[in-house]
Amino acid sequence: MHLRFTAADEEFRAQVADWLSENLVGEFAAVRGRGGPGDEHCFVEERKAWEQRLAEGGWTCIGWPEAWGGRNASIEQQVIFNEEYARAGGPGRVGHIGETLMGPTLLAFGSDAQKKRYLPGIKSGRDLWCQGYSEPSAGSDLANVRTRAIFDEPSQRWRISGQKVWTSLAHESDYVFVIARTDPQQKSHKGLGFFLIAMDQPGVTVRPITQLTGTAEFNEVFFDDAVCSAEDIIGEPGDGWKVAMGLLGFERGVSTLGQQMLFQTELDEIIRIAKSNGSAQDPAIRQRIAEAHIGLRAMRFNSLRMLSGVADDASLGREAMIYKLYWSSWHRNLGKLAMDVLGPDAELLLDGPYELGRLQSLFLFTRADTIYGGTNQIQRNIIAERALGMPKEPRGTAT
Amino acid sequence: MDFRFTDEQRMLADTASAFMQEVADSSATRQAMISDAGYCAESWQRLCEQMYWQGILVPEACGGLDLGFVEQIIVLEAMGERLHCSPLFSSVIATLALRSVPESAIAFSLLERICAGDIVSLAHTEARPDWGSEGVGVTASIGESGWTLDGCARFIPFGHSANTFLIVARHAEGLGLFVADNNQPGVHCQRVQTMDQTRAMADLTLTNVSVAREYCLSTDFEGTLDAVLDAARILLAADQVGGARKSLELSVDYVQERVQFGRSIASFQAIKHKAADMMVKAESARSLLYAAGCIADEWLSGYSDERALCEAAAMTSAAAGEAYFFTAGSGIQLHGGVGITEEYDIQLYFKRARSTEAYLGNPTAQREVVARLLLDGDS
Repeated sequence: MHLRFTAADEEFRAQVADWLSENLVGEFAAVRGRGGPGDEHCFVEERKAWEQRLAEGGWTCIGWPEAWGGRNASIEQQVIFNEEYARAGGPGRVGHIGETLMGPTLLAFGSDAQKKRYLPGIKSGRDLWCQGYSEPSAGSDLANVRTRAIFDEPSQRWRISGQKVWTSLAHESDYVFVIARTDPQQKSHKGLGFFLIAMDQPGVTVRPITQLTGTAEFNEVFFDDAVCSAEDIIGEPGDGWKVAMGLLGFERGVSTLGQQMLFQTELDEIIRIAKSNGSAQDPAIRQRIAEAHIGLRAMRFNSLRMLSGVADDASLGREAMIYKLYWSSWHRNLGKLAMDVLGPDAELLLDGPYELGRLQSLFLFTRADTIYGGTNQIQRNIIAERALGMPKEPRGTAT
Repeated sequence: MDFRFTDEQRMLADTASAFMQEVADSSATRQAMISDAGYCAESWQRLCEQMYWQGILVPEACGGLDLGFVEQIIVLEAMGERLHCSPLFSSVIATLALRSVPESAIAFSLLERICAGDIVSLAHTEARPDWGSEGVGVTASIGESGWTLDGCARFIPFGHSANTFLIVARHAEGLGLFVADNNQPGVHCQRVQTMDQTRAMADLTLTNVSVAREYCLSTDFEGTLDAVLDAARILLAADQVGGARKSLELSVDYVQERVQFGRSIASFQAIKHKAADMMVKAESARSLLYAAGCIADEWLSGYSDERALCEAAAMTSAAAGEAYFFTAGSGIQLHGGVGITEEYDIQLYFKRARSTEAYLGNPTAQREVVARLLLDGDS
C-alpha cells in the first residue's frame, strides 16, 4: 500500500498537463473552470467544440479498450488524467454521460452492431447523450417506470410514449437512453427494456425546468410515439433493469477524482475570501474550514481505496456505496460555509434580474446534490441494505 | 499508487485478527482490565514471542522486522477491534523516538530490549496546557557528574509496568530526551484509576534523579517530539478505527436479532440510517488512516517532511476520534436498554472511544492544527 506514482505515471501526468495548457487557450480560454455542476448551462457551444478538440488529442474515453479508440489507460492514469484536467480548469464535460455511462454500458451489454453504431460518435465527441431514467412517478422508485415501448410489427420499429424528468443536457443532446416498460402486465422492475433513442425527431419534446438559481440545467422530456429501430434495444425486452443497474455501477468511477478537484477549487476560493475578510480568525469558521478540508481529503482516499479495490476483483466494494452520500453532504455543507464566510455580503447579487455569484450558485444548487442521483435517504437505505446486510423495507401496495 | 493491502499485508491482517480472537475475547479483556497491571502478561509474552509485533518498526540490526508503518497500523487496528489491553502502543512510540534521535549504543540496546519484550514508555507531558512541548513538566539540569531530572509526567500508557522510561525534559536551551529505569533512585511511577479500564495509565514522579551523560539521547528534541507525537496520533487512530468498525458490527448484529412490533428492528429506516451514518464515518476515517500510514512510511524513509506528517496526523486523529465516539455512542443507542448495562461490550467501546479521543489532543484541537496549516502564515 502506497500513494506514490511511478516515474512512468508522472511522465503521463506531464504529458496530460502539457497538452491541456497548450489547448485550453484562444477560444477555449473563457471556458476554463466553467460548466461544472450548477453551471452546466454555460458556454455549451464552446464546450461542444472542446469535446472534439479533446477527441482529436486522444483524450476522450481513455479508459476504453484500444479497439474502440481508447487508450486502455490504467486506473492510475485515469486518476491522473482527471486530476490534471480539473487542475488545468478543464470545463465541465458535455460528453460525460456518453463517455462514462453509455459507453461502458455498450461495452458491457451491447451487441457488436450497437457498439459499431454508437461508440465512435461518443469517442469523437460528436454525439452527446442524456439519461432518461426518472419519471414524475418514478424517482427513487425507479421500478415504477410508466413510459411504454410497443413494438410495431409493420414498421419493425419500437414506439415509445411517456415522460421523463430531471434530464440534464437534454436540449443539447443527440441521443437519450431510456428505460421503458415493454410488458404492460408487469408492474415492478420486470418487463422493462433499455432503449437508445435519437432526440431529433417529431415524437420528442424537451421542456426546461427553471431551478431556484434562475437557470435551467434539468429538463422534462416528452415522448409521444417517438421511434427507434428494432436494433436499438440493449439486450432483450425484459433486460432493462439489469442493464440499468449495471450502468449505475459505472457512475462512481474515476470521474469522482475530477469532481473532487472542482470541489478543491471551490474550497480554495472560500479560504481565500476567509483570509481576506478576516473570518479566518473566527474560531468557529476555522473549525468548519478545517472540517471541510479533512472531508475532501477523506473523499479522495475513499475514492482511491475504491479504485484500487477494482483492480482486485473488478467490482466496486462497500466504499463505493458511501460515495454519493458523502460527497453530496460535504458539498451542501460547503455551500453553507461559503455563505457564512462571505457574511453580510452573501446576500448581495452581482446584478439584476437574478445574477448569482459563483458561491451563491454553489449554496443554492448544492441543495439539489443531496436529492438527484438518489436522495441521501435512499443512499442510507442502500448502504444499510447492501453494505451492512440489514433487511429491506417492505414494499407498499399504493400505486 | 496502489492504495490496497499487499498480499503480505493482507496475511498480516488475517493473522492479527485470528490471534486477537484467541487472546482477546470479551472475557479475556474484562479479566485483563481489572488486573493489577491492566494487561495479561501471558498474552503479552505470546504476542512478543509468536507475533513479534513489538519488532515491526525496529531496524533489523537491532533484531527487529524493519517493516513499515502500515504494518504497524494493521495490528493496532486489529487490537483496537478487540479492546485489547496491551502495552504495545507504548513500546512502538518509544521505538519511533529511539529511531529519531542520533545513533548511540544506548539507543541501540534499548531497541534490542524492546524486541526482547521489555516495555519502554515515553514520558513526555503533564498534559497542561497541552499534550505537546508546552506540557513538558520535567526539568533537566547539567552538573559535574551528569544530568539531574525533576518533575512529573502524566498519562503514560502502562507506565507502571515499564522497565524503562524515555523522559522528555526541559533544560536550559530546549528539550532533551533522557533514559531512566523504573528501579532507579528517585523514580516513582504509579497507575492511576481511569474511566476507560482497557488502557491503563500511570503517573511518573522524578525526584532528584541522576542520569549519566550518555543516557541523554538528544538535547535538541523539540521538533522531534512533535513528529513522534504526530506518528503516535496515527497509531492511536488505528486503534480508534478498529474500535469504530467493531462498534458498528456489534450494533448491527444486535438490531438484526432484536424483534419489536413484529419485525427485526434492523428493518426500520430510523435504525438503518443511523447505521449507515456510522459506516460512512468509520470507513472514511479508515481511508484517512491508511493514507496517513503511507505518509508516515514516506516520513520514516525521508520522502516526506514533518509538515505532511503533521497534517496527516491531525486530519486522521480528528476523523478517527469523531468516528469512534459517534459509532460507539450511537451503538449504545441502537442497543437500547442493554446498551447501558455492564454486561454488554458496547459500553467498553464507548469508554475507550472517549479516552482515545482526548488522548494527545481532541478533534477540536486537531482541526485547529489543520486550520493553522491552511489559514495562517504565508503558505
